[in-house]
Amino acid sequence: MRYAETGYNLEIDLATGNIEKVETDPRLMELHLGGLGTSVKLHWDRVPPETKAFDPENLLIFSSGLLCGTPAFSANRTLVSFISPQTDLLAYPMMGGFWAAELKYAGYDKIIIRGKSPNLVYIWIHNDKVEIRDASYLRGKGAVETQDLIRDELKEPRAQVAAIGLAGENRVFTASIEQSRSSSSRGGGGAVMGDKNLKAIAVRGTKDVYIARGEEFRELIMGEVLKFVKLRNENHLKIAVHSPQHGAIIGSPQAMKYADEEWHTTGFAWGNARSRRKDFWTKETEESWTKSQTSAIKRLISCFNCTQQCGALISFKDVPRFMMKCFSKLTYTMAAYVDDLDFTWKILQRATEYGLDSFSTPQILAFAVELYEAGILTDADFAGCPSDNEGRFFWLLDKVVRREGIGDVLADGVYWAARKIGNGAEAFDHNTIKKHEQMNIKLGMLDPLYYLMYSTNEKISITQMEGNWPQGAIPRKEDREEFVKDWPQLPDEKFKQYLLDWESRGENANPYYPTPEMCCEIVDWMEMLHNVDDALGICAGWASFVLKPPYHIHNYPKIISAATGMDLDEAGLKKIVNRSRNLHRAFNNRRGMMRPDEKPPEDHWKKRFPELEENLLTTYYKFKGWNYDGIPTKERLQELDLGYVAEDLEKRGMLKDGQD
Amino acid sequence: MAKIKKKIKTIKVDADKCNGCRACEVACSSFHAIPKYSSNNPARSRIQVMTHRLKDIWLPVFAGELAAAECMGRDKYIIDGKEYDECGFCRAACPSRDLFKEPDSGLPLKCDMCEENAPGEKPPGEKPLCVQVCLNDVLIYEEREEEVEEEVILGEMEMGLKHLVDRHGLDTLVDTLARMVERD
Ligand code: SF4
Ligand code: SF4
Repeated sequence: MRYAETGYNLEIDLATGNIEKVETDPRLMELHLGGLGTSVKLHWDRVPPETKAFDPENLLIFSSGLLCGTPAFSANRTLVSFISPQTDLLAYPMMGGFWAAELKYAGYDKIIIRGKSPNLVYIWIHNDKVEIRDASYLRGKGAVETQDLIRDELKEPRAQVAAIGLAGENRVFTASIEQSRSSSSRGGGGAVMGDKNLKAIAVRGTKDVYIARGEEFRELIMGEVLKFVKLRNENHLKIAVHSPQHGAIIGSPQAMKYADEEWHTTGFAWGNARSRRKDFWTKETEESWTKSQTSAIKRLISCFNCTQQCGALISFKDVPRFMMKCFSKLTYTMAAYVDDLDFTWKILQRATEYGLDSFSTPQILAFAVELYEAGILTDADFAGCPSDNEGRFFWLLDKVVRREGIGDVLADGVYWAARKIGNGAEAFDHNTIKKHEQMNIKLGMLDPLYYLMYSTNEKISITQMEGNWPQGAIPRKEDREEFVKDWPQLPDEKFKQYLLDWESRGENANPYYPTPEMCCEIVDWMEMLHNVDDALGICAGWASFVLKPPYHIHNYPKIISAATGMDLDEAGLKKIVNRSRNLHRAFNNRRGMMRPDEKPPEDHWKKRFPELEENLLTTYYKFKGWNYDGIPTKERLQELDLGYVAEDLEKRGMLKDGQD
Repeated sequence: MAKIKKKIKTIKVDADKCNGCRACEVACSSFHAIPKYSSNNPARSRIQVMTHRLKDIWLPVFAGELAAAECMGRDKYIIDGKEYDECGFCRAACPSRDLFKEPDSGLPLKCDMCEENAPGEKPPGEKPLCVQVCLNDVLIYEEREEEVEEEVILGEMEMGLKHLVDRHGLDTLVDTLARMVERD
């Protein structure tokens, strides 16, 4: 009997149409848990470094997490992993919604897809029945409308469908995979899916997921965790949070619930992460934005088995309905310099049906506008484009998704487009890391914690690495004292002192405080928790992404043990995710990722400290057991039972004996 | 039959507040697993959330009494401009659909307000488990007493057997059971 996991993967070769149900080795759960951990292992074993994103050998893995489908609240993440066409590294964007649990109920942990189908198809999984079906009638259809069209065709209103839109079909590098109210966005999974001629995967499952020690698990989840969530829902955090919508509540930022956007609109950068508008938020703006938002949001909605509600059904005037969540509310509007929130609902609807990453795409469009204003792109490139901000964005969006004219170049993202366009365009590529567009933030003073997270994390997207530690020093001493009082989630008591001593100004402030050593510990803790979430399929909004969360390093081992029957303690859990993380890193190293790539966005901070930054990176690499180049040392790999990785890296000449 | 006092248990469903999370389905199926909480499977849940997201339909429905035969006709409701699926509000396990049936055996399911006949089997906490996990106040539990005529209440096994009798006839069922006993 397998607990928590189903113990089966589906292997599908789209070129031959071969479908196999394969039993997995139970030891893999002990070594890597599931989700991201076991997916990374599959990529390492089966995808050699020569493989490119659009090669048939590029595996596209749809994975549930270890706890998906169990009663653990918010265990609903679907994790899609593949070599990204944009970064050429392993990407693993996740989505909430309902799909992963359904896959578990159908009897599978993962779907491993290889090869390319000769025609556009979709996959239909109904428990043991798995078919590859014709999707030619869905060509060009929206990623949202496709989901209902498939449910109608199958007469299965309960099927969960993950689908791509036109952007994916046309291999736009920022194409997403959409599913119910969620999307797997970062890194171009939609493009890889489109390249494989796979329009969608529909799944319906009616089987059981087993728990090893049910009563114990119930007590932890429906007892402890539920009690904690209820309490927090009634008592929002007040210290160290910017606004009620950000961090105060369990879940993703509550952008659908709250209309107050002063913090984002005045603190974050508009355009292609270009300029701040410190006076943007006025009384009139607040009124008109509140009115717009209230009229657009039909209902707040949730992901599978989650008590929170971060998403919304949008029904705005005559715009077809769609669902959205989070910061996408502002990305297009701020990138386009549009002051009217109505624009959000209109453009987001189109972008969601196209199936696009709403972090990267708006920046690409804003980048094009900048190039045009700078004379690098010309009237010929923009022939037929309206001149108002809104019209221009709609026009550019269509061009990119259809890969028409200048849109074809832009569809590869800012980094690649800048190099293709040349003529000075490279200077406008100032907000990418490892070729991937980042949050639209520009700040003053270097922040050593963020420096490390931006530079080194495998996720290459800041919103998915931070979380448990306050974003900045808490200015008032009394507040700091109050904050540390009730903080059982801490992995170690010493962090309290770090926080108490951390000030907004003076000696104990950024960039020299927290010290590089402290930064390593704090960053390591946050990454560790993200890696646990991603292996379990738990929403980061319940653990790694929020302050003082319901799930943390002290209750996770108990929860995992009760679910799986393994006897896991904190050290054991840390070791597992450390193992997977180092395997992940080695996988990327093998593809060429090294120290020179580990940089924050170029002008993220005005005040930079090259010496300190070098020191931070070196200290952090040492702390992690990586050599000067950022490659895990043989010793570290062996400690983590990854001797086979060390051997491989040695064979490739990437690790040399005695040179750690 | 004699008059007796009966506890009437109601779960009031404020469907407008439902966010479609299906935590209720998960909790229900986990409670009714054998042994308790040893597995879960929303398809076995005795509450099902009918969903059509873009139509703004999220409708939790509790499994009611088994209908041995399907109705002569179907109903279809339109409320506030929203068109609900055929038989959308019906609580019966019925031959016309898969809803409220065990996915493997096809045996009917019925909401028991988390209280089985054996004492001590209630979920911890006073209310049905689905009510406990729904933090959106969609499911509101109420109890009151009423005087009613005494009636025979079928246990879960009897209900399942009755269904099999209706479906295959008593003789076939007895024969099958006899054969199974022999095989064992
Ligand atoms: S907290 Fe929000 S994003 Fe996370 S699972 Fe719940 S509804 Fe989904
Ligand atoms: S738990 Fe409540 S909000 Fe969630 S689906 Fe059930 S009734 Fe709706």
